[in-house]
Amino acid sequence: MSEHHSDHPAYLGHHYDTPEQQFDSGKLGMWLFLATEVLLFAGLFCAYAVYRAHHPEIFKYSAQFLDTKLGGINTVVLITSSFTMAMAVRSAQLGKKQITAGLLALTLLGGVGFMAIKKVEYEQKWKHGLLWGTLYQPEEHGGEHGGEHGGEHGEAEEHSFLDRIAGISRAVAQQTDHGSDTHANETATDDHAVDSHATDVDPVVAAETAESSGGSGAFERTILPSAAKSPEGLADTTHAHAEEASPENVHLFFGIYFLMTGLHGIHVIAGMIAIGWVLRRTLRGDFSKEYSTPVDLVGLYWHIVDLVWIYLFPLLYLID
Amino acid sequence: MTDHAHDSRTGHVVSPLILIGTLAALLVLTFATVAITWVDLGAFALWAAMIIATVKATLVVLFFMHMWWDKPIIPIVFITSLLLVALFVGLSLTDTGQWLPSQIPGYAPGIEGNSTP
Repeated sequence: MSEHHSDHPAYLGHHYDTPEQQFDSGKLGMWLFLATEVLLFAGLFCAYAVYRAHHPEIFKYSAQFLDTKLGGINTVVLITSSFTMAMAVRSAQLGKKQITAGLLALTLLGGVGFMAIKKVEYEQKWKHGLLWGTLYQPEEHGGEHGGEHGGEHGEAEEHSFLDRIAGISRAVAQQTDHGSDTHANETATDDHAVDSHATDVDPVVAAETAESSGGSGAFERTILPSAAKSPEGLADTTHAHAEEASPENVHLFFGIYFLMTGLHGIHVIAGMIAIGWVLRRTLRGDFSKEYSTPVDLVGLYWHIVDLVWIYLFPLLYLID
Repeated sequence: MTDHAHDSRTGHVVSPLILIGTLAALLVLTFATVAITWVDLGAFALWAAMIIATVKATLVVLFFMHMWWDKPIIPIVFITSLLLVALFVGLSLTDTGQWLPSQIPGYAPGIEGNSTP
């Protein structure tokens, strides 16, 4: 079908016959991508479901470490930013440049606020050693970090990422050498206790020896417990928060927590970049009543990000 | 080329009242999500949370994401992805359910009936 040049405006790709076709194609393409995003997060939700089905005691116990208030604020922030985004799409369709730019900026602000609260939450986790896998080194309630450390430094900031990694590789090396956990770590502590530098002393190993509760924090091979060793008693303490009867393998929860919220956070950042791009194009005057599809499509992406959080919030923060 | 005043080439324009109403409903439901944790619902707590979350998600998809006014192919694509998710998680959980209680005594003490060797 041949078209006069005037019928083919600048924003219309040459492979499209009409703007309506381009718009519909864009929408369909974005929704197909969002379907893949849903399935991406579904994988993590599946991991959550399986682990929670296997070990509800871990999830019940770990719920106390998540701040419901901050999570709730983040939910409100994202929902409101979804609203401002939907309003921005609307005003872009009506060709209102300034209002669109303002609403997009507000949406961006929502994203910034969300990431700021996320940063605060992650910092708290880091400070208290509530991390994934072998980095899970919860501090004693008195605020001490292992035998040697408590008095010297008083705060947790010396547990740099490299320190922890160094400690873990040492622990792993010893584990494979000696084949048993506690003895190996005690040896390591003796070796390193002499060096009292923050960078040399092994906070990870020290914390492990200081931990008396079974398994939490110590790097163990996945050992299937015999009936005699099984934490049967914990089955009765599901309501005993105060008793601090920590179940084994709490690091599983935090692995899932950081993976899910981390991947979601990456998506928020990507969304913020996309909104910034569309905001710039709006200010540049790229959009009009005839053409505002990019705003629409970025809006769809942002709403999916909100949608994922709508499910993350109750599953992670509101466990009992 | 004729352009309808309110339905531009960029598609149907949502009324701001609908968007504000959706926002209000979402905020109320968010409060509800937190409020139900103040009541002891036992095993139903997880279901209640998921139901409320699904209502919220439906509102976002239908109105914020414009699906209420979209052509049928859009809901077909999205609902297909949801069906695949249901298949994925559902089948994984049936497998979990079958292996869990009988295999390793005491390995999952939080499950009822699993504490006897």
